[in-house]
Amino acid sequence: MNNSLSVKHLLGIKQLTPEDIQLIFHHAEKFKKVINQPIKKVPSLRDITIANLFSENSTRTKLSFELAEKRLSADIVNFSSSGSSVKKGETLIDTVNNILSMKIDMVVMRHSSPGAPHFLKENTNTVIVNAGDGTHEHPTQGLLDSFSIREKIGDLKGKKVAIVGDIKHSRVALSNIFCLQKQGAEVMVCGPATLIPRHIKELGVQVEYDLVKAVEWADAVNMLRIQIERQASSDKEVPNFPSLREYSNLYQLNKEVLIKAKNKPLILHPGPINRGVEITTELADGEQSVVLQQVENGVAIRMAVIYLLASHIKR
Amino acid sequence: MKPKVLLDKKLFELVINRLCYELIENHDDFRNTVIIGIQPRGVVLAELIYRRLKKIAPKIALQYGALDITFFRDDFRRREDPVLANTTKIDFLIEGKRVILVDDVLFTGRTIRSAFDALLAFGRPDAIELLVLIERRFSLQVPVNPKYVGKSVDSIASQRVLVKWKIDGEPDKVILHTSTDE
Repeated sequence: MNNSLSVKHLLGIKQLTPEDIQLIFHHAEKFKKVINQPIKKVPSLRDITIANLFSENSTRTKLSFELAEKRLSADIVNFSSSGSSVKKGETLIDTVNNILSMKIDMVVMRHSSPGAPHFLKENTNTVIVNAGDGTHEHPTQGLLDSFSIREKIGDLKGKKVAIVGDIKHSRVALSNIFCLQKQGAEVMVCGPATLIPRHIKELGVQVEYDLVKAVEWADAVNMLRIQIERQASSDKEVPNFPSLREYSNLYQLNKEVLIKAKNKPLILHPGPINRGVEITTELADGEQSVVLQQVENGVAIRMAVIYLLASHIKR
Repeated sequence: MKPKVLLDKKLFELVINRLCYELIENHDDFRNTVIIGIQPRGVVLAELIYRRLKKIAPKIALQYGALDITFFRDDFRRREDPVLANTTKIDFLIEGKRVILVDDVLFTGRTIRSAFDALLAFGRPDAIELLVLIERRFSLQVPVNPKYVGKSVDSIASQRVLVKWKIDGEPDKVILHTSTDE
């Protein structure tokens, strides 16, 4: 196993090699032990300062990154664009360069524009960790989903994973597809045709419009959230589906679907859950569900990513 | 220069036995003692000593664990090649216990310093004692004093002390390499 990552930034899973993914998992396993100790902290990053730039709403990811950074003993500053100079018209590069002049070593960023982390990487001199850029990628989520599946059913090579729901607006879906494929898993996407990007087959994934068939096929299903905030916002736009009720009639994961599919796959959900829309409470909290383990693993995965990227920082 | 054998198989056995008897002398029935090996090589030695102690005194109630110090090193980001993390496996608290910390070779002492930090996560022990198979003298960079020593050797920094274990497919022995041996 290589001892360091092939990349200097985590922009997306697309840039990672399969060995990088294994290295991250290797360290995440160790960090998971650390965060289950009575003292959940290691001093590795005590001289590193990290800025968290979140220009989109987030609870889980932001908390998870913050915790991961603190568990590694890094100093952190938080920044959200509401209540900042961004509202006064400051550009992204200016904002980041100003933050960097305060001697920041790493920037964890979430942005509503796809490619914003790539743009910053080109135009600033710091380590960038993508915490979700628009509808593009959410690499740490992709990693932690794979890590959670792997923990339950072992090596992903040859395993079948179905990603269900709003594929079109989901950065989680794309990162998952890349991450799963790089480990040799088969990937299927399932959802209404309006929520499946037209050329997605070119990524080498199967497309299925019938939830029962997808569940029957899969070893694990990742139920994505219906992103109500990214659906048609005015009367002029054509909605992707007639109503939430119709969506859940066809694509809700519930007990009846599992019975019809005669299969009990592992159930993942990146959160936040719209209970009763894409998944029933019964299944979200059921024994097949790893939703809460995903959150725990999220901290370990982010510790691993930050730790490994920080090892490239030289003084 | 030909590598010099510091401990051959026979001497190795003798040393391990002596260390075990020293431990028994100081710890009686080991009721309040735990033995913790430092990853990776200290763990092999700790297991060997644990098994030997059990053989000599089957009634002792000794717990043992493995400690990885990678995240506690003081040279993170200062090395060319980062160290791959290993597994910590300590299923007990060391609060109020006497800890025997085990490593194969004591060189600069920095690993041991890191181990003190790493141990903090498992409680405040009554005492920590250090056991090493080989103590390289005059090379300490931090003040660390082993209580149990298999053998002390005088060596210069460019030399390497290599402990060969049975699990590597080699008989147990300790070799002193000079840098020109590679």
